[in-house]
Amino acid sequence: MSNKMTRSLSVILTLIGLIALWELLCWVLDIPKYLLPTPKDIIQRIFVDWSMLVRHSSVTLVEIFAGFGLSIIIGIPFAVVVVYSKYFSQAFFPILIGLQCIPMVSLAPLLIVWFGFGMLSKVLIAFLISFFPILVNTIAGLKSMEKDMFMLSQSLRANSMQVFLHFRLPKALPSIFAGFKVGITLAVVGAVVAEFVSSERGLGYLQLIASSQLDVTLQFCVIVALAVIGLGLYNLVALIERISIPWYKASRGGE
Amino acid sequence: MAGKHIVIQDMEKVFKTRSGDIQALTKVNLDIEASSFVSIVGPSGCGKSTLMNLLAGLETLSGGTILMNGEVVNGSETGNAVVFQKDVLLEWRTVIENVLLPLELKNITWFDRKNKKTNLEMAKELLHMVGLEGFEDKYPFEMSGGMRQRVAICRGLIQSPTLLMMDEPFGALDALTREQMMYDLLKIYGKFKFTVIFITHSIEEAVFLSDRVIVMSPRPGSVLKDIKIDLDRPRGINSRKDQRFIQYVDEIRGVFQSQGVLSEV
Repeated sequence: MSNKMTRSLSVILTLIGLIALWELLCWVLDIPKYLLPTPKDIIQRIFVDWSMLVRHSSVTLVEIFAGFGLSIIIGIPFAVVVVYSKYFSQAFFPILIGLQCIPMVSLAPLLIVWFGFGMLSKVLIAFLISFFPILVNTIAGLKSMEKDMFMLSQSLRANSMQVFLHFRLPKALPSIFAGFKVGITLAVVGAVVAEFVSSERGLGYLQLIASSQLDVTLQFCVIVALAVIGLGLYNLVALIERISIPWYKASRGGE
Repeated sequence: MAGKHIVIQDMEKVFKTRSGDIQALTKVNLDIEASSFVSIVGPSGCGKSTLMNLLAGLETLSGGTILMNGEVVNGSETGNAVVFQKDVLLEWRTVIENVLLPLELKNITWFDRKNKKTNLEMAKELLHMVGLEGFEDKYPFEMSGGMRQRVAICRGLIQSPTLLMMDEPFGALDALTREQMMYDLLKIYGKFKFTVIFITHSIEEAVFLSDRVIVMSPRPGSVLKDIKIDLDRPRGINSRKDQRFIQYVDEIRGVFQSQGVLSEV
């Protein structure tokens, strides 16, 4: 425990050091504010434009949650079907893997044509981009049951539903959570890129506006907001993982 | 509760593989008395695990029949418990939940509170018997190999088996733990008096534990020798010094030597 605290303390101190260095370099090299604002400028600006930042952040957050939620709701049952159906695993899955190679963000302009400038097109991009890692990891997890475990389940006369619920699914959970962690970070990317393409609200929109006005400080504020969102969501997923599968992390001696 | 009486008649097992058929077992005939402790020894790949899997209904026969208490085995019999070489504990379940798993799969615990309580007590009692009291709520990763295998044995015992099958259950343990596990197993056997079929490649282990040792030939596996072990029970550390113990071990070793399974050069 104390080891963990020393570690997080050293991370925080290093971060503060780096920010101080940034501040110092801006002063020493006399970098103009329209190229690189100092951390102090950025923090001040965040306070000034707080309500605007929160408003746009909440739009992007909703898109992320909806997209990510969709990919869980669709991805996990889909993975179950792929694992249990011969047709899906043989004929359909390779096609999906192929589709995965298409950069999902390239579909953004198309989806905006189909679904309009509103939130729906952003949700769909966030969904598409986070769907595949969740699907693939869930499939890998569901397939990870060893022969010994299967033998045990058979010796206990478990039926196929019980094999799924008591063996396969819990066995797959660590892998499913690994998929969630990749998925949530990608959902953030998807939502922002979709907003770049065309939107009237959200952090991506704000970023574009700030760029067109050469407002570099505001751009940095958006980046900070996105960093906070990305980090926060990732840690939220990690926290849920630790709570719901305590046997997993601990069995590997912590992170 | 008495153990099962098992009769194996002309057992055949062929595995079909891409590179042709493999005859794993051929013409295996055995009559295993109720409540006896029978070990099966043989070189690797002789089909002893296959023999156990067939008895447990985990593989299908290619020929012959198995009778348990006079009835032909068809995969629906009760009272069979299996302990594997790997403990195969479910990492996401605590020790007591692992022990209760077989009952949960039979849907005994779910809707019946009264049963649930007696089952829980039974599980605790079993864990107590193997020296794991106080470990009920630990996860498998917190336990040593020997402790994990004890949990796996409890998971077998909670099914109130009349036939306990063990496939090299101590094979993955260190020598000392292994010896302790043997004493514990004998104690358990003395208490429950079920039929035990014990697969091992350790001659000493087989002689020490059993009423009878079946020696199997290399593939295709068949019964090479059937040796009755006439050592007094209860057995303990001193049984190993018994002249008869040493003779039995020598005899079995001799069988392997004559088969070319063991050679000095």
